[in-house]
Amino acid sequence: MKSLHRSGGPRQKSRIPWDLVIPLIPLLLWLFLLLIFPHLRLLMLSLMKRGQKSLAEGGIFLGNYLKPFQDPDHLFIRVFIRTILFSLINTLLTLAVAYPIAFYVAKVVKGMRKFVLLVLIALPYYISELVRVYAWMNILRETGFLNYLLVDVLHVMSQPVEFLYNTASLFVVFVYSSVLLMLMPIYSSLEGLPDEQLQAAQDLGAGPLATFTHIVFPSSLPGVTAGFILVFMMNVGDYLIPNLIGGKNNLWVTEMIYNRFIVSTNWNLGAAYSLVTLVLTTFVVWLGLRLTGQTLRGVFSEQ
Amino acid sequence: MLSRRGAQRSRLGRKLLWLIYTLYVLAFLLYLYTPLALTSILAFNDRDIPSFPWYGFTTDWFYNPDFGQAGLEETGGAGNIGTGATGGRMGVFNDVKMMNAIKTSFIVAVAVTTLSLLVGTTTAFLFERQRFFADAALYFVMMAPLVIPGVILGVSILSFGNSIILWLRGIFGREAIRPIATLLRPGLFIVVLGQFSWIATLATMVISARLRRFPIVQEEAAMDLGANRFQAIMNVTIPYLTPAFVSAGIVSFLLSFENFGTTLFLIGNDPTLPILFFSRLRFSITPEINAVSVVLMAGTVLFGGIVMGLGQLRGHMSSGG
Amino acid sequence: MAQEIDVELVHVTKRFGDLTAVNDISFQVPRGSFFSILGPSGCGKTTTLKTIAGFEEPDEGDVYIGGERMNNVPPNHRPVNMVFQQLALFPLMTVFDNVAFGLKMARVPKSERKERVERVLEQVGLKGLGDRKPGQLSGGQQQRVAIARCLVLNPTVLLLDEPLGALDLKLREQMKIQLKQLQHQVGTTFIYITHDQSEALVMSDRVAVMNAGRLLQVGAPDELYTNPQDPFVAAFVGENNDIQGTVTGLHGDHVTLDVGPFQIAAPVHPQMTVGSRFHNFIRPEKMVLLPPDTGRTEPTNQVPGLIQDVIFDGAVARAIVELTGGQQVMVLVTRTSDAPLPVRGEAVRVAWEPRDAHCFPLE
Repeated sequence: MKSLHRSGGPRQKSRIPWDLVIPLIPLLLWLFLLLIFPHLRLLMLSLMKRGQKSLAEGGIFLGNYLKPFQDPDHLFIRVFIRTILFSLINTLLTLAVAYPIAFYVAKVVKGMRKFVLLVLIALPYYISELVRVYAWMNILRETGFLNYLLVDVLHVMSQPVEFLYNTASLFVVFVYSSVLLMLMPIYSSLEGLPDEQLQAAQDLGAGPLATFTHIVFPSSLPGVTAGFILVFMMNVGDYLIPNLIGGKNNLWVTEMIYNRFIVSTNWNLGAAYSLVTLVLTTFVVWLGLRLTGQTLRGVFSEQ
Repeated sequence: MLSRRGAQRSRLGRKLLWLIYTLYVLAFLLYLYTPLALTSILAFNDRDIPSFPWYGFTTDWFYNPDFGQAGLEETGGAGNIGTGATGGRMGVFNDVKMMNAIKTSFIVAVAVTTLSLLVGTTTAFLFERQRFFADAALYFVMMAPLVIPGVILGVSILSFGNSIILWLRGIFGREAIRPIATLLRPGLFIVVLGQFSWIATLATMVISARLRRFPIVQEEAAMDLGANRFQAIMNVTIPYLTPAFVSAGIVSFLLSFENFGTTLFLIGNDPTLPILFFSRLRFSITPEINAVSVVLMAGTVLFGGIVMGLGQLRGHMSSGG
Repeated sequence: MAQEIDVELVHVTKRFGDLTAVNDISFQVPRGSFFSILGPSGCGKTTTLKTIAGFEEPDEGDVYIGGERMNNVPPNHRPVNMVFQQLALFPLMTVFDNVAFGLKMARVPKSERKERVERVLEQVGLKGLGDRKPGQLSGGQQQRVAIARCLVLNPTVLLLDEPLGALDLKLREQMKIQLKQLQHQVGTTFIYITHDQSEALVMSDRVAVMNAGRLLQVGAPDELYTNPQDPFVAAFVGENNDIQGTVTGLHGDHVTLDVGPFQIAAPVHPQMTVGSRFHNFIRPEKMVLLPPDTGRTEPTNQVPGLIQDVIFDGAVARAIVELTGGQQVMVLVTRTSDAPLPVRGEAVRVAWEPRDAHCFPLE
């Protein structure tokens, strides 16, 4: 449209809108072959019996979705609830840890010190999650740094203890690996809050607490939502931390999916597990966005 | 002023609160860096098990020049714990499997980055410049990988690849489709596709964000001066997007290089570095793992520093004019 | 003067590192007055205001509000409220909630809160706009919300930090009048910060002129204009011509000032000795233009010059005249019935009475 005055020239313009078609081809290949069809295939698998060739052949089978309820130990249901519950708790913990830091960087320090602090906080997150989780194993292991400190240096304990494979260590490492995802969106929304607003609240008689509840927190709410969504999703979908830090007592949905697909092959059941998890995370994200009136793009560009 | 005395008392309390606040921030930084620092220290510890106390400085766990000579003679080299005998120590750069895994990760990351930048660019132009049938729906699907756990992306692509093999086999027979089947079975090709499926979304977002700020009148000016549409984009728009290409490229490379969740389901016989790292961890923890961690940290911090530096530079440029 | 004093600063000094932002300032603000602090940007006026509000603590000296010493009392415990330069309205709250905020903080019961907020909204002319968000209001309306938000708390003193700065010129002119009327109506003491001398002169009962951290003169606008006590005040408040020269003769009721190309008579200043250098300020309206060949001896000082330019402005015109020797002065030409305006290049004599000038030592 922008170039109409040119296209009316002597050279006849081709009928095919190349600037639409050329970028559309890779996009459609990407979306259909790597996202839409694979998830449809997952849906089909989840609706078939083990060994069933196609939906047309044996009809729709709901057994994979019913199986968790029929299992005597309700393993999947327990794991599923644990995953959601622990992810929620961890997201709240992360919020509690990250918020004061985000406020400090956004509103307390200025100039060069702020820049240095930001870099210091962000830098570890470019390092692979695996390395960061492993670094914690170096501390928490039975032969790790914490035992060395407590037994050999401080002589507080006589015998080393295994600090890994329990729920507390799971949370310590989960918070560690997700705190930046919470911190950055909160930081950017606080950064947009002018200092004068805080001064005005104080001038009108608000103490620090009232200023926080009436001015600071409401204006950081978009950031908090974004952080909440990012951290919750990252936690539900995580494999490494539950596997390496949480141990056998803290089985995660992702581990169950892995086990169904790779260890004791039952893809149909694994597909059902995957879809249930996917529906859950999508629902939580949708709910978060709906409640705060934000868009997915807005949330992710805050990062 | 009834409240004055109280106010003055609370002033002292506030000083104390500020002190606690500052200490909290310092404690947070300690929390961030202690694990990484300890791992780095262990990587240089002259001891055959990866634990404290400190036995002295060595670079054996990165590269042991004597590896392979003394090591071959001492076949049962597990007995030399803490003796300082270095012959059997395998450093990262002595470890053929580890080096291969790094190479594999590098190849995968280059492929994913290239694909993501190409498709990210065309897609950014498409969604920023064009209105077409079902564009909102396609945009929605394009953003979906942001809320799909990487593990689930992995299994979905794994199952779809497998179903295509089964389908083709039913039509053409087992032998005829063997080359295609090898591609679609777990292996590097499908790992690249799996990682690309969500990294391309992030690349698109980074490039779109910059394209949205591009003053389109510049392109029109170029066309007014005689360039055709393609030339205008190549000469004016693409150079403007360069900073976005660099940061999208580095982010894509890093995300691919260290990806675990998606790759776990799609990997075949050639492990990427994170996969090998993970399987070593489950098997036994050796000082070499610490050294690999240090190599990874150094590499990613360097890249990360560049990204942040670029961000800072961009901030200056946009505020300057 | 039995007038009650609402705000008093006694020898207040505030430093930021090496910079002394406010240097030994003392002044009193009478109850119910419109008091302005006027000065160029960076003169320390905002720091002075923040010291009164409690956002800055003085390094030396005391701040009294309503007779109480306020040092170390935090802003939320001081009986003053501030209208910020950027207004700092809370964007997520409605206009009503913005205005009610301070009352809520003071735990005023809900019914009383509603009544007071509505009364003050009516007072500032925003009746019925309580449900809007600040972003939906015009600049002038936002201004009034910021003022209402403070007034609803019945502060002893209302502090205003260049609140008209963000408005466009026309709105600024309207708001000047409205602010003055509002202050009359509510009777609250206003302390108003500005770098715009016309704002200060139009609205204030008293004006304090500041420069480089120092307080130079406090007085009624008319007093500052007609009787400046400081060369900076003379130059900053209103238009003025500064003709500088060396004292060559003392004659009791006047002195002779050697400007270089010509000599003039000037009023006496206590510090004058023969050879000392002085400013001689003379307002444009105190000068007249005479024909070059007139035989008149009144006014006393007559300096030949050439018209450089005439700036026509309706009822008056300003003539830029280049005096012998090159200095330019501005002369106000009032348009009487038939007198033609001077034209560019015309030779004239610029004349004034020495007693209309003000002399201050140079440096």
